[in-house]
Amino acid sequence: MGQIKIIKPGLLTTVQDLGRYGYQQYGVTVSGVMDHVSARLANALVENDEGEGLLEITMQGPEIEFLEDMVIAITGGDLQPWLNGQPIAMARSMLVQKGDKLTFKGMKSGCRSYIAFSGGIDVPVLMGSKSTFTRGKIGGYEGRALKAGDILKVGEPKEPFSSLVDREIYENLYEYNAVVELRVVLGPQEEAFTEAGRRTFFSNEYTVTNECDRMGYRLEGETIEHKDGGDIISDGISMGAIQIPSHGKPIIMMADRQTTGGYTKIGNVITVDLPKAAQVKPGDKIVFKEITLEEAHQLLKGLEDKITILKQQCSRKYGKQEKEVKRTRKFHLKINGKPYNVVVEELK
Amino acid sequence: MYDKTKYLAAGDQALVMEFGNSISEEINSKIRSMTAAIEGQNIKGIVELVPTYRSLMIHYDALQVNYSELLESLKALEEQLGSIELPAPQVVEIPTLYGGDYGPDIENVAKHNQMTEGEVIRVHTSKEYLIYMLGFTPGFPYLGGMDESIATPRLETPRTKITAGSVGIAGGQTGIYPIDSPGGWQLIGRTPIRLYDPEREPAILLKAGNYIVFKSIGEKEYQEIEKAVKKGTYQYKSYPKKEEGGQHGTN
Repeated sequence: MGQIKIIKPGLLTTVQDLGRYGYQQYGVTVSGVMDHVSARLANALVENDEGEGLLEITMQGPEIEFLEDMVIAITGGDLQPWLNGQPIAMARSMLVQKGDKLTFKGMKSGCRSYIAFSGGIDVPVLMGSKSTFTRGKIGGYEGRALKAGDILKVGEPKEPFSSLVDREIYENLYEYNAVVELRVVLGPQEEAFTEAGRRTFFSNEYTVTNECDRMGYRLEGETIEHKDGGDIISDGISMGAIQIPSHGKPIIMMADRQTTGGYTKIGNVITVDLPKAAQVKPGDKIVFKEITLEEAHQLLKGLEDKITILKQQCSRKYGKQEKEVKRTRKFHLKINGKPYNVVVEELK
Repeated sequence: MYDKTKYLAAGDQALVMEFGNSISEEINSKIRSMTAAIEGQNIKGIVELVPTYRSLMIHYDALQVNYSELLESLKALEEQLGSIELPAPQVVEIPTLYGGDYGPDIENVAKHNQMTEGEVIRVHTSKEYLIYMLGFTPGFPYLGGMDESIATPRLETPRTKITAGSVGIAGGQTGIYPIDSPGGWQLIGRTPIRLYDPEREPAILLKAGNYIVFKSIGEKEYQEIEKAVKKGTYQYKSYPKKEEGGQHGTN
């Protein structure tokens, strides 16, 4: 089992996976990665399950020392990763060795990257997830953002290092610009706004303010007119919901959003555009574009097909045969007092 | 309650069934039935359900289920609701030590309503409170049905830390803090049981659509329960709610 040591934590570095689902009815926030596509691809690059725990880093990256050899991959916003003082490629798996140091030079595009480690980050699974929810002090590493001196364990890789390295994602699915178009499906409370209010929302540019974190983004811009105020009887909030309280300025609800809320929601960012939303930072501009639910579902299927192809491409590196595993069994063996983890895969 | 339930989009992976535009036991009962009906059906692609005051949010996986088919199954299920047998809601007992250091504001509540502390306790323990929904923090119950005679405004200056388990009153509402948090509620007592314990299965004690009842306990019993809870040996007490003239009955 490998280990990493946090030398400097960076601005906000947390352990996340795809989220803590199934407990929203009890008031437990979903959390999880902000950019689900980058996180899934990072895990795919090192042959982890998509939902494996990884690090989400924000704006100013951490400094990490590897205490053992391991394979890593970095995806998402480009914070310019360097290894031992040399720039390294994004979206490509690589072997790092004991004593190597990973640093980040600074934001080039987007603001969140994902570092996946072959074998995944080994933290307790709490209510079905490894995600950190800092406000609730639960999950991840001791329920908090990482600090200098923390040592995290990394699990066993599924394959030998030699077959895990130099895999690549060949296509950038997203570009992260300072002006971002987010497509929106109307509802559930679009009726709470006047015709003019809806027009204002879709025809103006909104600026991301400094009140911008994993919970949500407050935006500044033209006031959106309600028919009769912005309060409703509290109901559920999904990822990407655009709340507009009575002051008429939008708030986009993100991964650490509360499960329920009492403000009108004019619409919801479509799933396909959430990775773009995840990479915006204070000062960036957002324009909203209305699309139908049917279109959103079509786009989602299209994205999923692309992800499947990219994943296949990256695991075919080295002319490896596609293998279909019927059954996997894991053993812990001791031979001459030395422990071994053995995985037996039954192939079709 | 609306004549016709509204099906509203909440993005491309969730929809909302909105049953009305008010807070009522009748609407809540319908939400509880619908939640149970969906849970019993195992509809393909449904990820999770979030019941709230007047609506039910249904998270789905759009890659697994076609939206129009999902709508059809839900509408069909809604039409059969009347014929679905539903067990009576549970009433969960919350042992509570009132007054003293555990409920420092009980005097405020008594004074404000011109009654004795004993009367405040009697009124507060006399009702079964409907859990409309959980939210705000993990396991925080939004309760209905508090007797107006003990209603008291919030503290003018909120406390920076309220101990988990504290039982309070804010205006016409009563509630329990599941975790240490800041807040302005008038604290009248504290329960030794944990509404939220991430290490326990289930982590959250309460469920929307069920009820709670407060039971006054003494200091000795408080300490015994606290110990048992810590050891994981405490037996949580609950019983099926008795029908009240059928009006708010579930079926």
